[in-house]
Amino acid sequence: MMRFIHRLASPKYFYDVAGRIVPWAGWGALILILVGAYWGLVEAPADYQQGDSFRIIYVHVPAAWMSLFIYVVMAAAGAIGLVWRIKLAEIIAIASAPIGASFTFLALVTGSLWGKPMWGTWWVWDARLTSELILLFLYLGVMALYGAVEDKRMASRAAAILAIVGVVNIPIIHYSVEWWNTLHQGPTVTKLDKPSIAPEMLWPLLIMAVGFQLYYVATVLMRARVELLERERNSRWVQELVQPR
Amino acid sequence: MSALSTPRAMALLLRRDLLLAYRRRAELINPLLFFVLIATLFPLGVGADSRLLQTAGPGIVWVAALLAALLSLDSVFRSDFEDGTLEQLMLSAHPVSLLVLAKVFAHWLVTGVPLILVSPLIGVLLSIPSRAMPVLVASLALGTPVLSLIGAVGVALTVGLRRAGIILSLLVLPLYVPVLIFASSAVDAASSGLPVGPQLYILAAMLVAAVSLAPVAAAASLRVSLS
Repeated sequence: MMRFIHRLASPKYFYDVAGRIVPWAGWGALILILVGAYWGLVEAPADYQQGDSFRIIYVHVPAAWMSLFIYVVMAAAGAIGLVWRIKLAEIIAIASAPIGASFTFLALVTGSLWGKPMWGTWWVWDARLTSELILLFLYLGVMALYGAVEDKRMASRAAAILAIVGVVNIPIIHYSVEWWNTLHQGPTVTKLDKPSIAPEMLWPLLIMAVGFQLYYVATVLMRARVELLERERNSRWVQELVQPR
Repeated sequence: MSALSTPRAMALLLRRDLLLAYRRRAELINPLLFFVLIATLFPLGVGADSRLLQTAGPGIVWVAALLAALLSLDSVFRSDFEDGTLEQLMLSAHPVSLLVLAKVFAHWLVTGVPLILVSPLIGVLLSIPSRAMPVLVASLALGTPVLSLIGAVGVALTVGLRRAGIILSLLVLPLYVPVLIFASSAVDAASSGLPVGPQLYILAAMLVAAVSLAPVAAAASLRVSLS
């Protein structure tokens, strides 16, 4: 196992392995998202209170989960890169940022679309919404800092520190609905006892969540491969890759 | 290496920074002026209705304090970075995080404390009731050091960049939001005569966390920026 990890840290080996994972993850994501979307949007029963408009949950909740998950991945990869100076961890961290930012944006937009029919307003300054908005700004800050520093290795280390500092926001987002009793509803799925969502609504949600995960895996690996080629453009294996003799 | 103990080094650094600030007295007044100006812009913009100001007042004071703190941040490391002092500090035998702490403390003394002293005046301008004044001062006393400490991390990350200003605000302002929320809610509660203990305790907790963690993060950032 350790040997596999060590080999994985070598850029060329990672490039090959990632290239083989991408199609699997990408097609898996497409199939799962299609299945989950059909099941959730057509098959699942309508909510007895919210009618059909609850169905946006199948995009909103997985996107919100991903926004937190990707941030933690980004900060953890950044920390690994800082401590052990592993180039690949830095690349994964920086490749995650735009994807996480788009999921955060998606969660905010779908939440706002959901809020209009349910709460009667597009936006409220509720704890969950505000902290999610801050998360978006944190992502954008990481991306801006990375873009502003010219030396890319230095840039990814600076961005990693910022990402680690921003981790304080993650528990705040997660517990915001329990700490402040505001408009956003409490958790219904990630409770330790039985989830308070009906199983025929839960299954498509979980399928969508796994689909989103696979989509993240596929895109982050694609981005990481491109970033890797760019950074290693002077090394021999990249030269041989682009100009086979 | 001469036998200079770390507390002594910190004290010397503090004294040096204060002396440098004293030599450039004219620059010291600028953040303060900025603070007062922003606080006067709001009544002109939203209307001078005293009831409106009373509800918006705590938030206005705190937003003004936040912006003033942001504006003055650049001076924490900038000049030392440009003349190479910062590199010498990094090379010294003392823990960089503690030296950073001393520098941030000096910075807070020259930018944060005047803000706190002036704030009751701004409070009167924004018709914040006098029973909320002690809480306003207390929230600023607990909150502005947090702003300086978090800001030091941002400055340390951007000190090597040429146009750092806008990026600095993008990095630092989201991290300032929790301070803003709890501090202005404390003043708000005080002006309606409600207990303010919880908010002030949370601010104090943030201060403790920032004092212990931010210098470490800032030192790590300086190491990246100067490498």
